[in-house]
Amino acid sequence: MSNIVTQPVTVGKAMPCGGHKRKRKRKSQLVGFLFVVPALLLVGLFFLTPVAMTAWMSLHRWPLLGQPRFIGLDNYWRMLSDTGFWDAMGFTVLYTVVVTIAIFAVAFPLAIFVEKPRPLQNVFRTIYFLPVVVGFAAASLLWVWLLNVDNGLFSPLMERLGLTNGRVNLLGSFDLAFASIITMVVWKVAGFTMIILMTGLQSIPEDITEAARIDGVSALKRFRFLTLPLMRRTVGLALILCISGSMLAFDQFYIMVSGGPQNQTLTAVYWIFNQSFVSFRLGYGSALSIVLLAILVAISVVQLWIIRDPKEDAR
Amino acid sequence: MTAATAKRLSLALSTLVGLLVAAAFLAPILWTILSSFRGGSEAFQVPLPPWPTQGVSVDSYLRLDAAGEGILRHSANSGFVAGMTVVLSVIVSLFAGYGFSRFRFPMRNVLFVLIMATLMIPFQSILTPLFILLAKLGLQNTLIGLVLVYTTLQLPFSIFMMRNAFDAVPKEIEEAARMEGVTTFQMLFRVLLPLVMPGVATVAIFAFLNAWNEFLAALIFLSDPDKLTLPVLIAQVRAGRFGSVDWGAVQAGVTAMMIPCLIVFLALQRFYIRGLTAGAVK
Repeated sequence: MSNIVTQPVTVGKAMPCGGHKRKRKRKSQLVGFLFVVPALLLVGLFFLTPVAMTAWMSLHRWPLLGQPRFIGLDNYWRMLSDTGFWDAMGFTVLYTVVVTIAIFAVAFPLAIFVEKPRPLQNVFRTIYFLPVVVGFAAASLLWVWLLNVDNGLFSPLMERLGLTNGRVNLLGSFDLAFASIITMVVWKVAGFTMIILMTGLQSIPEDITEAARIDGVSALKRFRFLTLPLMRRTVGLALILCISGSMLAFDQFYIMVSGGPQNQTLTAVYWIFNQSFVSFRLGYGSALSIVLLAILVAISVVQLWIIRDPKEDAR
Repeated sequence: MTAATAKRLSLALSTLVGLLVAAAFLAPILWTILSSFRGGSEAFQVPLPPWPTQGVSVDSYLRLDAAGEGILRHSANSGFVAGMTVVLSVIVSLFAGYGFSRFRFPMRNVLFVLIMATLMIPFQSILTPLFILLAKLGLQNTLIGLVLVYTTLQLPFSIFMMRNAFDAVPKEIEEAARMEGVTTFQMLFRVLLPLVMPGVATVAIFAFLNAWNEFLAALIFLSDPDKLTLPVLIAQVRAGRFGSVDWGAVQAGVTAMMIPCLIVFLALQRFYIRGLTAGAVK
């Protein structure tokens, strides 16, 4: 990549002569560096420092008040027997698997639907995407009202339609609460996955699928053996974004069910939140954070591997 | 039935299905907005139908206003945090994007990759030390502290967008401007800024939506009642912090939270989708 500022310039009245070239180059280097300094300061202070601190704090007993005490790997040993944390991890994985399947089951048909030119195509895209721009907190608050048993929408509606005998508390038992939250998240996130998958569908050359269609290959087979393999990278990416987002779920479980019923819907982030900011075991919370961090970095590595350029691989 | 009518029928049918699905996606939003304008005893009844039948009323908004320090105060908090995050993200990423795109300096690529690599680490895992760090800097429980954290979280994506935006500007434009003898700052603000405006718009929208909607960090870092942002306040209303749970006030709060996002998205959809696909596909 050549650089305009350091290129030798032979014309133009404002340009210095050749003797000043090296000085000019050093000055331009400094100017370029100064432009990125604010970004480096922010990232260094509010991101890299806390990352280093997480590792450091995880080796300490660190109460909110009073002196931190170095305890080596004790927090990590303690974690091994912390069944609450592993239950939260297990629940987070269960949630991630179920919600990812549910999102794809909705988003893939929608992507195929809005990708083809059709009347109202843009209206459909916009409406399906609309819940994505509503925040997770707002969406959770919206749905917890719709789901509440007294003056919400769903349970009175089901009662009036004669689907249920009396009103059912949709957030009262684990199964119903879990299903309700999955429904909310699908509503909120499906549009995002839809747009990602749609860009993948758009990148497939039309003549390939068109040729197969003329050859009499059925729509299902075309999808399974042509479309899907051709958009492998996009599907992989949408999958990873879905998984890493779900592994970090917090807002909906905090706002809608407060981790209940019976603490059965505490996620990993929720557990760390409780340890650090409810019980104020900041050292132990940091150790748990390190585990979460390691898992998410591993997922990111898989992501980089999926979206790698296959052409570069062949070289 | 001819092939043409069969085709038209299937198109009509699929459009109908599409409209039904669209109605399902829109319904929760419309239901809340409509219900928030029900007044009197109606506000506490089942929302069937959702619209006010006894006259439009803003009672729910007035009751929400009575919670905490008033809806205007908390909206202003959210607006300040989101607005400042937009301004800071745009300025810092404009500079950094220009620096990374147009200058050579030692470690340029290493620093760029370092900033991008922070995307791999979830911010949820650094909240505990961030809490201590902000306290040490005297920024705990301040909106400015929250702005700095949000801006930092926006930077990798924003710098990526701005670097691409600058890379796309032909070098000849700068060469021509340099002939005229413009300074580096004139070059950036007078010559290049108008050309990278689409990138700036994308950065601004994402910064606004993410800062306006963020919940977890705001929940942890803000404790003074008068500093709370909207999501934290409404979550408290929903949890019954201000007496029995007032669902009418929750509907009003959710409406207040959603409307700015919907307006920003509908007005600037093009730039939003551009950022989404660029950030996701590249």
